[in-house]
Amino acid sequence: MHDLPDQLVNGLALGALYGLIAIGYTMVYGIVQLINFAHGEIFMIGGFGALTAYLWLPDGTSLAVALPLMILLAVVCAVLVGVGAERFAYRPLRGGPRLSPLITAIGLSLALQQAVWAFYPDAKKARPFPQFGGGDLDLGPVTVSREDLFIFVAAPVCMIALGLFVARTRTGRAMQATSQDPDTAKLMGINTDRIIVLAFAIGAAFAAVAAIAQGFKTGEVNFRMGFIAGLKAFTAAVLGGIGNIYGAMAGGLVLGIAEAMATAYIGDIPGLEQFGGGSWKDVWAFVLLILVLLLRPQGILGERLADRA
Amino acid sequence: MRHRPLLVLTTTLTVSALALTACGSRDAKGGSGDSGGKTTVVIGLDAPLTGDLSALGQGIKNSSELAVKTANRTEEVKGVTFKLQALDDQGQAGSGQQNATKLVGDSDVLGVVGPLNSHVGQSMQKVFGTAHLVQVSPANTAPQLTQGPDWQTGDKKRLFDTYFRTATTDAVQGPYAARYLYDKKKFRKAYIIDDKKTYGAGLAGTFTDEFKKLGGKVVGTDHVNPEDRDFSAVATKVATSRADFVYIGSEYPTAAPLSAQIKKAGGTMPAIGGDALYSAEYIKLHKKKSEGDMATSVGAPLETLDTAKTFVRNYREAGYKLPYEAYGGYSYDSAWAIVQAVKAVVQKNDGKLPDDHEKAREQVVEAMQDVKFDGVTGQVSFDKYGDTTNKQLSVYEVKGGKHVPVQTGTFRGN
Repeated sequence: MHDLPDQLVNGLALGALYGLIAIGYTMVYGIVQLINFAHGEIFMIGGFGALTAYLWLPDGTSLAVALPLMILLAVVCAVLVGVGAERFAYRPLRGGPRLSPLITAIGLSLALQQAVWAFYPDAKKARPFPQFGGGDLDLGPVTVSREDLFIFVAAPVCMIALGLFVARTRTGRAMQATSQDPDTAKLMGINTDRIIVLAFAIGAAFAAVAAIAQGFKTGEVNFRMGFIAGLKAFTAAVLGGIGNIYGAMAGGLVLGIAEAMATAYIGDIPGLEQFGGGSWKDVWAFVLLILVLLLRPQGILGERLADRA
Repeated sequence: MRHRPLLVLTTTLTVSALALTACGSRDAKGGSGDSGGKTTVVIGLDAPLTGDLSALGQGIKNSSELAVKTANRTEEVKGVTFKLQALDDQGQAGSGQQNATKLVGDSDVLGVVGPLNSHVGQSMQKVFGTAHLVQVSPANTAPQLTQGPDWQTGDKKRLFDTYFRTATTDAVQGPYAARYLYDKKKFRKAYIIDDKKTYGAGLAGTFTDEFKKLGGKVVGTDHVNPEDRDFSAVATKVATSRADFVYIGSEYPTAAPLSAQIKKAGGTMPAIGGDALYSAEYIKLHKKKSEGDMATSVGAPLETLDTAKTFVRNYREAGYKLPYEAYGGYSYDSAWAIVQAVKAVVQKNDGKLPDDHEKAREQVVEAMQDVKFDGVTGQVSFDKYGDTTNKQLSVYEVKGGKHVPVQTGTFRGN
């Protein structure tokens, strides 16, 4: 267990990343009860947006200088696709059977993947993502890689900003109202269509930030990166209580730490040798999900699910 | 419905998405390929032409194409024009099997080069076996493809007489790496990781057996999912394990980030793996962090072989955009072996191929067993299992951002 602090850092970094993506699932679900399965691909497009920004800059630009521009373009790309998806794929189906937008989301997800695969230069295989030079940071008992530092800064900043926005601003309160009762909110003069677009946009922006974190972490972006990440983030959103933004982050962190712990230590338990390691971590993560849902069907921070299905 | 146009748009999007991901149509043209006195023989090819492993796949395709062009230019077989039909399997067993079925359906196809992945090879074998269509893989290294599932217990049994390969198997590749690390590098403590695929797990298995037999110690094992790209937890385990090196039984799309993340977690041990790590892409993905990593690959480095000089020159002159990669020479030899087998059949039948394509296929399979020629990678011929008789292997190390050959040799017996 001597590497416990390091494994906790690994788990937290991964979990914060899942949490940021999960925000997008949870906000959209909280307001329109739609599981936006194309969200993983919006995440992926954010990653390619950041890469494009980096490639545009002249060679040798330091990453610290490039980073703001990368974030900007990543967010712009992801938000455009996210809002476009809402306008052209989901809005026409609003009010229809619940399954129609779900299937559309799956189709859209495939279409986006294939579009990047076909049209982004050289995206048929993984594209290398820029990396910070220099070694790891030694912080007492733990070492943190410079790449992971990004998510440790970005995730809290994003969460605090979102929390303040939802709780303090007029639009944020309108958002809460729409999520509680869309019809009444509309009667109170809230432009619910605008609120829905906003939910998609915020989710997409957070996913784009997460995509940059993932690019730094793994050193590459590829057209399939959204699938696994999206699946994990969706799990995190459910684990934390879908519809609750803090729940999404909490679910992400729990999931990330569970995966790191399962990889690192399950194999050390006598009798469980062959159930440990990297290939079983997802199984343990889902065992945890099932246990949590058995004890708290609404998720860790979820409140009500009875009227949703 | 109020939003009918948008609904139509959405549906179209969905349908086109499905169409894009679906594989090509299955039409197979029948009839013989006679045209103006010359017979056309199609050589099929199956490899991952797109996707993560496309670098290797495109190298296989280009090299095979070069062999076909050469055969046509020099009129290697009088009265026969060769044509290459390349199909993409994206490294997936299901696509490989569909491609195999498609190739079998085309009566002009008398032989197939490919595939790259062992698990894809496994899925294609039976289709070709039933149709008596010869298949020569330039890259499959899983021993069970030729020697049957019980090869390790000494009960070797050939399952398909249509399957041949020009690549050496993992039965020697893993042990060869083990001996190099134990004897030359004096490494004693290993950390073993595999991706549970036919190729990766098989290679890690033969490596571990030999390394333990030599007296080495395995200080840790782990398995990863080939689709994962975040390996931070596994990487921390490896980095704190005090192993001398980590053996990765996987392919470069998975192995490159894994190796880089081990170094990011503070590990200083080099990673080593099999021929699927011997690609320029492995280095390109993680430039600085791949220094010192090693890979074994089948055969001697092409640059050093006299027999390969013409191939290397011709490949350059043909103007292919992508390099021939690890299997270029083997692909050329695989395609050339099919050409030679067709040639033998033509000679046997007084200068032309049998009219019945099924008969022609059967005779090509028979002829393949006795094919013998000096190829790009040395002498090409097959033993009674369909394995190559050329069992040379090399170790490469990443130095200065390039794979540099450090040792070439033949693995001799257990």
